[in-house]
Amino acid sequence: MTTAIDKSIQRREAWDKVTGQAQYCDDLPAAGMLSARLLTSTYAHARLRSVDIAAAQALPGVECVLTGADCPQLFGPLLQDRPALARDKVRYAGEPLALVVAVDEPTAEQALRLIEVDYEPLPPLLKPAQALERGAPLLHGQGSYKKVLEDIYPEPGTNIASHYRIRKGDSQSVLQKCAVIVRQCFGLPPSGHLAMEIRTARAEITAQGQVLITTSSQSPYSVRKQLAEAFLIPAGQIQVKTPLVGGGFGGKAAVCLEILAYLASRGVGGKKVRLTLPREQDMATAPCRLGLEAEISIGADQNGLIQAAELNYYLDCGAYTDIAPYMAKAIAVDCSGPYQIANLSCDALCVYTNHTYATSFRGFSHAEQTFCLERTLDMLAQKCGDDPLQLRLKNAIGPGCTTPTQVAYSAGLIGDLPQCLEKIQPLSCWDGGGVTKIKPHTVRVKGLACFWKTANPPTDAISGAVITFNPDGSVNLNTGAVEMGSGCHTHLNQILAERLQLSPDQVHVVAAPDTQVAPEHWKTVASLTVNMAGRAVLAAADDALSQLRVNAGLALGCPDAEIEIAAGRAFSKKNPERFIPFKDIVQGYKSPAGQSLGQPVIGRGSLMLKGLSLLDPYSGSGRTGPDWSLGAQVVEVEADLRTYTYRIISASTAMDVGRAINPELMRAVIAGGMAMGVSLASRESFAYNSDGIPLKPNLRTYKLMHIGEEPDYRVDFVETPEQGSPYGVRSYSEHGIIGMPAALGNALSRAFACRLNTLPLNPERIWRAATEGDS
Amino acid sequence: MMKKYEGKTVIKLRVNGQDHEVAARPADILLDVLRQQLGLTAAKPGCLNGDCGACTVIVDGWPIKSCLMLAVEAEGHDILTLEGLGGRAAAQKAFVAANSFQCGYCTSGFLMVCHALQNHYSELPEEYVIEEWLQANLCRCTSYQELRRAVRLMYEQTPPSGSPRDSRPPATNVFPAGKNPL
Amino acid sequence: MIAYDFMYMQPDTLRQARENFLRLSESGQNPVYYAGGSEIITMCRAGDIRPGAVIDIKNIDACQALSLDEDWLRLGAACTLNRIKESGLFPLLGLVCGRIADHTNQCRITLGGNLCGSIIYRETSLPLLLADAKLILYGARGRRALALKSVFDGRMRLQPDELIVEAQVPLWALNAPYYHMKKTANEKIDYPLLSVAALLYEDQLRVACSGLADRPLRSKQVEVALNRRALSPGTVAAKATALLAEQARDSVEGSAAYRLFVLENTLRSLVEDWHDEKI
Repeated sequence: MTTAIDKSIQRREAWDKVTGQAQYCDDLPAAGMLSARLLTSTYAHARLRSVDIAAAQALPGVECVLTGADCPQLFGPLLQDRPALARDKVRYAGEPLALVVAVDEPTAEQALRLIEVDYEPLPPLLKPAQALERGAPLLHGQGSYKKVLEDIYPEPGTNIASHYRIRKGDSQSVLQKCAVIVRQCFGLPPSGHLAMEIRTARAEITAQGQVLITTSSQSPYSVRKQLAEAFLIPAGQIQVKTPLVGGGFGGKAAVCLEILAYLASRGVGGKKVRLTLPREQDMATAPCRLGLEAEISIGADQNGLIQAAELNYYLDCGAYTDIAPYMAKAIAVDCSGPYQIANLSCDALCVYTNHTYATSFRGFSHAEQTFCLERTLDMLAQKCGDDPLQLRLKNAIGPGCTTPTQVAYSAGLIGDLPQCLEKIQPLSCWDGGGVTKIKPHTVRVKGLACFWKTANPPTDAISGAVITFNPDGSVNLNTGAVEMGSGCHTHLNQILAERLQLSPDQVHVVAAPDTQVAPEHWKTVASLTVNMAGRAVLAAADDALSQLRVNAGLALGCPDAEIEIAAGRAFSKKNPERFIPFKDIVQGYKSPAGQSLGQPVIGRGSLMLKGLSLLDPYSGSGRTGPDWSLGAQVVEVEADLRTYTYRIISASTAMDVGRAINPELMRAVIAGGMAMGVSLASRESFAYNSDGIPLKPNLRTYKLMHIGEEPDYRVDFVETPEQGSPYGVRSYSEHGIIGMPAALGNALSRAFACRLNTLPLNPERIWRAATEGDS
Repeated sequence: MMKKYEGKTVIKLRVNGQDHEVAARPADILLDVLRQQLGLTAAKPGCLNGDCGACTVIVDGWPIKSCLMLAVEAEGHDILTLEGLGGRAAAQKAFVAANSFQCGYCTSGFLMVCHALQNHYSELPEEYVIEEWLQANLCRCTSYQELRRAVRLMYEQTPPSGSPRDSRPPATNVFPAGKNPL
Repeated sequence: MIAYDFMYMQPDTLRQARENFLRLSESGQNPVYYAGGSEIITMCRAGDIRPGAVIDIKNIDACQALSLDEDWLRLGAACTLNRIKESGLFPLLGLVCGRIADHTNQCRITLGGNLCGSIIYRETSLPLLLADAKLILYGARGRRALALKSVFDGRMRLQPDELIVEAQVPLWALNAPYYHMKKTANEKIDYPLLSVAALLYEDQLRVACSGLADRPLRSKQVEVALNRRALSPGTVAAKATALLAEQARDSVEGSAAYRLFVLENTLRSLVEDWHDEKI
């Protein structure tokens, strides 16, 4: 019997969210704060001849105007290549180049409009292929970036920011001999995170030299680290607070606004400054989702058993790298998909262009890579005359296989794909992917895709938890995990309540992490929070339990080894009717005679990931993440063959989540990921004109799916426990998105009998592909 | 007397049943005045362009994007924000019960639309009507199925007496006085 | 947040509105008439316009009319799209209003604002053009009544100080069979790739569209082509589309070629429905 897990308990902060009492960064009082606004580049690539700020500085109410000259440092978590404010050159339309701090927002905005910028336009690079051409202009000349971590491989003299290789078996000679070979090219555009909360940050520098940052961030500890290193501030003097975050999806993992807010406050002698990006800048200026180009070759025997694959990926990271090299690495690590491919070669390049720079996005490049791979597999199935599901089943990774980085398969580590394929059939009413005519010009078709994903944290990523007790015996849980909607605080609550055998209502999770108070948690990213912070919570719980046993032993007069804990009480195993409630022992024990016994209980737990390694630069062997999660997804469409329009009827996911510790919360988060995938695949892109200027930089023209067009979402779980994680739960929160674009592409390609190898799949694109050939 | 405002002026706003005096410029949007001057931060800035609905409040019974209304225009009208529901509204309970939000940032706007919908239609309207009303808002986290479920649950609950639902939207000049089609 | 301040006034009469407009114009204050405000607020925020004063006409009774009299349906310029839709008085216009922006914005956007706005679609003009609607304007010579088509060539051609008081729709149009189809790139809540409205008058189809060109249009030639009942829907749709080929525009929502494809499909389905007596 469980007390807190395997139950669909409600989100812990639910009532705060439906009453408006939930506080997000910009909901905190702003009285007395100065306002900062950014001036951004109107060119994708240009030399800055001059930035004239004199008129802006002279405007009454303006306290300071900063330009690139005021901040020589370069930033970036992997390669330091990005100035806070552009110097000499701008490399994307939307790049910040000046910052105004004024008494209020209207004044700051008026001042921005007084700044005169003289640009000398340079030719923009708008595709990785173009940036890789011989003689292409170099976006970052020699020596203009610095490596932060060892496994980044920029190629000097090119626009390649990093390069990862997988070499397994002998793909070249085996591929040539294959009975069936499919070669395809793909091109996917960048797009946006579009969390509903726009990015915002506040900064203040006290007279003591304490730097106080409040930010809407997934990575408060990275903010502290990057500010400390760049500005040579002792890390302990920086305090970063993160209230509830209104959606992140990876986009708030990058450290960006906090640097500008710090510079703004520094520019006005440390006064409190508030910087909020308008939505247009949140889209064009702050980092976005990657673009991707790919060439995929897959060879199989006559039975559809895959023999070899050669995969080339060119990740469009935009003007600066941020975390993008690791997204290229992530593509390489999982390049085979959840399949057994003995002969495998993959080159994943991270390439600079003059687009907005990319950062982590839900799925961490897996949705894009999966689109290319799974579209190719569908064509392979068609060539082999196979049911797309059967083709995947017979190639599914299983015992005796290794991953592309040569990690040996076990179901506990990686998950059970055949079971997912088994469950997806009734869930989606799988019919072999055939085309069913339902009206003279209307057909229904289902498309399938499988996915898997491991994570790519630093090999030494850490987490921690501290638990304290209240006089009523309830518990406070303090971690560095940020609640941005994924439900991590609820899961951590459940994990702690389960271990302490308490009701979830007796656990209070500290809502807003503060780097000065909460133990460091790497970042709230990669769907790893439940795994990492969860393990720290379990350690803290065990630590508290042993202290409780000591106190209880003293109170009950028996050895602590004899103490059992359940339902908020400690009791003697030998004599269960002798018990004492938590509230009497959590602050030490005072005997009826007034004698003080034991000590107050404070549980502490921490975790450093173990067993991870850097990849071998030549073969790619190594292990990057603690576990994998995998699943199968189906999208069903109803397509009008005359107009090339379609409706998405249903979308299904069967996923190995290890253990469904909160079925409803997990279903909803997976369905949310699916919804984002459907929206992304059907309508989202950052369209640029030939000068590299974004054409849809607002929510009016950049379309997200609204209610009314969503399909029927169906989710089912496979539960193969992961050995190392709390109660066996796997990473799951970002995964719903991964196979959706591929499943939709497969369904629509079948429906319209054409090859859809790009996104988004809007009717015009399908019309072109169907009437002119490939998309 | 013709109303006329120039420069920062004290205006009177009736919000959640209470009268407030605030100093606002004619160019100040209602959203900023609610948030910055009255501390009512449930309505959120999401786009300031009328596209996302996160700033939706109810004015004279109708959902209004407070980023596209000047504060001075709201004088003389009844403004209801999420804070004014106080946790008693059927919509709020239904949202919790249906797990209709994740990050929660769009929630206030969706709740106000749902609450206005219930003001307007005393019985569960047809699905297309629900869609029409809720299509004014964006949610990036949920699958929308949870929001549909919340609307159904909202109609299954008896609203508490004395809740803002009891006040029917009055006919005014500014806002349509169309009859309830049901 | 709007960076530059403006003066706000809420006149009670047309005369007050215009007098203030003239006075403010003369003193270089660049006034604008203001109704629902959504376009003016967004453009002010973006810095696209910088009015020194906004003259809110919502409090003028004459601009709030929504009534049937003996000959006309009267629609005040400050009527919101939602109010027009919910009145149910002119079903085609109601349908069109229900597809502009979104429901919440329809509670703010007004008929006059949609006709006079800078956003090119001005879809409320389509039913009004088809119905041979009149506009009552208020300007230098007081009120004047004009056929919509004489002051609207896809955009309003008003004197700077002139404002629309109301639109008047002949009663036949309220009960005439109608058709409306709005096509978007892929998302329902979006600007139209194409919005086609049709009314049947004396057994003849009247058709107008928005989204195809850089302004709404109603073409005699197109209507002649579509009304050739002897030809198949596919044939007349192709002929009508060819007549508009040069006007189709490219935009981020869709290319000119694709718009024409959508137009042809939509016209075909319209004519099919008409031939099958489904409208």
